[in-house]
Amino acid sequence: MEKTANPVQAYAKALIEAGGQDERIFCLTADLMHPFMIEEFALKYPDRFFNVGVAEQNLMGIAAGMATCGKIPFVHTYTPFMTMRSCEQMRTDVCYPCLNVKMAGMCSGINMGVGGATHHSIEDIAILRAIPNMTLLSPADSIEIGKAVHAAAQHVGPTFIRFGRVPAPLVYEEGSDYPFEIGKAITLKEGKDVSLLATGLMVSRALVAADLLAKEGISARVINIHTIKPIDRAAIIRAAKETGAIVTAEEHNIMAGFGGAVAEVIVEEYPVPMRRVGIADTFCGLGPTEELYQKWGLTAANIAQAARDLLKSRSTAAKA
Amino acid sequence: METLSKEKISFLKGKAKTIRKNVVEILSQSSGGHFGGALSAADLLAALYFEIMKIDPKNPCWPDRDRFILSKGHISVAKCSALADAGYFPYEELLAQYNKLGSPYGMHEDMTKIKGCDMTAGSLGHGLSAGVGMAIAGKHDKKDYRVFVMIGDADLQEGSTWEAIMAAAHFKLDNLVCIVDRNQIGVDGFTEELMGLEPLSQKFRDFRWQVKEIDGHSIEEVVATMEAVPFAQGSPSAIIANTIKGKGVSFMENNHHWHFGVTTKEQAETALAELEKGI
Repeated sequence: MEKTANPVQAYAKALIEAGGQDERIFCLTADLMHPFMIEEFALKYPDRFFNVGVAEQNLMGIAAGMATCGKIPFVHTYTPFMTMRSCEQMRTDVCYPCLNVKMAGMCSGINMGVGGATHHSIEDIAILRAIPNMTLLSPADSIEIGKAVHAAAQHVGPTFIRFGRVPAPLVYEEGSDYPFEIGKAITLKEGKDVSLLATGLMVSRALVAADLLAKEGISARVINIHTIKPIDRAAIIRAAKETGAIVTAEEHNIMAGFGGAVAEVIVEEYPVPMRRVGIADTFCGLGPTEELYQKWGLTAANIAQAARDLLKSRSTAAKA
Repeated sequence: METLSKEKISFLKGKAKTIRKNVVEILSQSSGGHFGGALSAADLLAALYFEIMKIDPKNPCWPDRDRFILSKGHISVAKCSALADAGYFPYEELLAQYNKLGSPYGMHEDMTKIKGCDMTAGSLGHGLSAGVGMAIAGKHDKKDYRVFVMIGDADLQEGSTWEAIMAAAHFKLDNLVCIVDRNQIGVDGFTEELMGLEPLSQKFRDFRWQVKEIDGHSIEEVVATMEAVPFAQGSPSAIIANTIKGKGVSFMENNHHWHFGVTTKEQAETALAELEKGI
């Protein structure tokens, strides 16, 4: 069985490390210390830990004010609340003056399955992409979450880290020291027939999809796009040129999401046939997380099928 | 508490008059603007910039300076007039560039463009939270700077302001001062008819603030009250300054139509003349 790890634990561990390395790092939350597993930060650095209660607008505004004084606040709440309840503070108080605030969004996508639509976030990529000065990280697994936290701490400017809550398959090996650079996509598997461009939790599924396709003689490239903004245009263009077909995979609404971001590059730079795997513009109801993924088409099988359909339609078009 | 000298009172009244005249001059040469709230806040701004705040216009980013956040960012014109008069940038530059393409100065304010501006503002209900963040940072760094946040009536209609009010008391931020420019008028009319705020002092007290209610046009009272902060150790201070929207221009006073307005040439001349001699 594939190895899984808890993304939240990985996040918290990295934050506490970063907090130990840099005294400018503050930790703020809106009554979600326990779900974020950041109790240790509160214990170790109580003078840099602030819980503001369930008041996300205030949470973000306070972070902005702190950042003007040279602090590096990491703010913690669930992604739907961060990107919607405190959206204007994020946009106007943090991003407009380009303040050095880090936003940790947990429960991105439909990860908090039983929470239902109120606690799902299928809109955040669309919202965050549209805000100037924002950097949006979407790490593939727990190993990469740790790297993203350290990269965010060192990066100057508003940075959002999008991640889930439930244990998820590892893409990277523990202790892996591969280079993580904001804005630089990572090719995990070479391939020549189709490129599977995935972000966040869908990266591990894209790898499984590539294995499924390999059994049928289809050579699929898998690219981990851990930075959705700024997106690695060069890697996308290269994939389009070298494989001629693109499938994107995201745990988000396919409207204005990650697939849309890739499509913008493809359409402008090197149009090739494309399919987007993601949530088809619907609220997803509630249920156990994995069952919701199955229901709404976010599995490796869905990615593989999208690739098959794409290649089939391409060859039909070529014959016509 | 020291009594202000006559010279000092006269000096500060002169500064407030300059702010008001500059507001009228700038906005009448531009495409109009927020006359009412700018004129109501002028005495408060004069006291802050020319008597109360520890600032250095030659060193706008001085880490130990007192901070000022104008949550009612739409009266940036009044604050920029004070900044110019204090020496952050030339008044001529402000007058010539206000609302022009690419200008640092305009209807709302951008902290990355305006020297001496500590926080971007424009959308209401944001300033006090940022002030809480600055006050926490100041306490953490063991600095003795104060954070002054000016809010308007409408800021108090935004729920987010009350989140910040709650937090400021919870975190015992006695280095935070909230000044309410209580002119009682919004875009559409009187606040008490639109969405009542009273009893406002009591609300702040119930949220565990120390509160003083003053005449926001009495320089003596404004300065004495601002000098007295914090009103109590361990508590944030609120100054509810009762003001008159459009103060100093007869046809603008207490008239919600001058929340935002465009003056005719004659109106601008009348306004400047009234401000010069007093009404």
